[in-house]
Amino acid sequence: MRKFKYASLPFAAYALIFILAPLLLIVFYSFAGPGGLTLEHYKAFFNFEDPVYLQVLWRSIKVAAVSTLLCLALGYPMAYILSKMRPGLRDTMVFLFVLPMWMNFLLRTYAWMTLLERTGLINSLLGKLGLGPLDLMYTQGAVVLGNVYNFLPFMILPIYNVLVKIDSSVVEAAQDLGANRSVVFRKVIFPLSLPGVISGVSMTFMPAVSTFIISRLLGGGQQALIGDIIENQFKVVGNWGLGSAMSVVLMALILAAMNVARKYEDENAGGNVLL
Amino acid sequence: MKKIKKSPLSILYSVLIFLFLYAPIAVLIVYSFNANKSRGSWGGFSLKWYQSLFENGAIMRSLYTTLSVALIASLVSMVMGTLAALGMYYSRRKVRSLLNNVSSLPLVNPDIVTGISLLLLFTFLGFKLGYVSLLLSHIAFCVPYVITSVAPRLYQMDRSLFEAAMDLGAAPTQAFFKVILPEILPGVVTGALLAFTISLDDFVVSFFTAGGGVSTLSMTVYSMTRKGVKPEINAISAIMFVSVLLLLILINLRSTREAKKQKQARR
Repeated sequence: MRKFKYASLPFAAYALIFILAPLLLIVFYSFAGPGGLTLEHYKAFFNFEDPVYLQVLWRSIKVAAVSTLLCLALGYPMAYILSKMRPGLRDTMVFLFVLPMWMNFLLRTYAWMTLLERTGLINSLLGKLGLGPLDLMYTQGAVVLGNVYNFLPFMILPIYNVLVKIDSSVVEAAQDLGANRSVVFRKVIFPLSLPGVISGVSMTFMPAVSTFIISRLLGGGQQALIGDIIENQFKVVGNWGLGSAMSVVLMALILAAMNVARKYEDENAGGNVLL
Repeated sequence: MKKIKKSPLSILYSVLIFLFLYAPIAVLIVYSFNANKSRGSWGGFSLKWYQSLFENGAIMRSLYTTLSVALIASLVSMVMGTLAALGMYYSRRKVRSLLNNVSSLPLVNPDIVTGISLLLLFTFLGFKLGYVSLLLSHIAFCVPYVITSVAPRLYQMDRSLFEAAMDLGAAPTQAFFKVILPEILPGVVTGALLAFTISLDDFVVSFFTAGGGVSTLSMTVYSMTRKGVKPEINAISAIMFVSVLLLLILINLRSTREAKKQKQARR
């Protein structure tokens, strides 16, 4: 029915105003100076003589990379175990993994505050053993922990989705041909699961690199990440040009990462992650 | 391969990962019933934090804002998203993929970028930040979720059903309500529930687009955490956790029931 194609017009108009135009405005503000277009905001960001912002960007990439690797190390075995369970149990387990992901992000991070702070549960347990108290909060380790905690399910689910679809006859063929378990894993299962790994890595890295809540609540002021300084430019300093330039840099970083990921990604791997 | 399934090591590992994921939430919920303010010690069971939660005007106002925004945003998104999916289904391939790409932007962009981009838009237009800007922003990132849950339903639909209705003299709107809508309804409802949950859960976009006078529950929690840990937050956490749990069970039950129905239909 030809006429029905106009049904998408309200959304198209809405998306033009509230999705596309705002993104173009970020790019516009990042080049806007008092007297026309300028590169000054980008120059301020990429200032190699006083690289404060570059250091923050580097720290964000480093923290996100470490968190992603930890998620992979913890998540792959879990995804593998899940994929080997019997179907009924498996679905329940997957649901249980998705569940904490839906708990408010802020509250999940706050939960760690109550565990890690000086009067928190971990330190009071340590105190009963005659140890501590330790300064667990406001460290880079706490930020990494917060990232791993929040994004681990994003790593487990795509890997699981790929592992569960691997044709068991491929594995059996390898076994029949005399491969032992470690060879089967290295030569057959792991290479086949790579699309899920790539998808999991990008789904973990992207939110980790752009967060500002985790670093704010668990890292204190000292561990500022790129998300923190963007938020700061808009909410505190009021330098929207510089804040926009930083956002463009962040978007470019994420788009580049996504393009790399998309080359390897299995279309089905990431799709079913939300539910 | 069967050996792995029963290995005690893999059971231990699963238990440890589950503990890691659930222990912080469990601690939060348990302490919401703690009579003591300090988390170091247990002072007996008490509901006083729930009571002070309901007596706290700021929290109740933000709860009202959160729920009303989520409700309106999910209803508007439901209508707009369903229409969009329908239009895209009947559009040329180029138009469809263009709209698809645009609607995936809020899903792939970091929340902080979506948030500040909308902040820039409202400021640029001279639109005062407040309840309306908050609502408009929530609709912007909720519609894509409805589209992604309605679209697959349309592709599963038998196209000839609709043509048959038209051949028998139904007007397009009549055919839509009598033939297409019943077919895609499960996707529409799931999409709306999903949009509701996403809107309820949002902090970052609200943080940038709500302005000073209006606050969602997440924003109130954020400003409370900035001033230190408060037992009332534990109580909010417990309530929110249980409500999200119920919503998710509802969504999941719906989709499993649907999957079963489809299996039976295929037979």
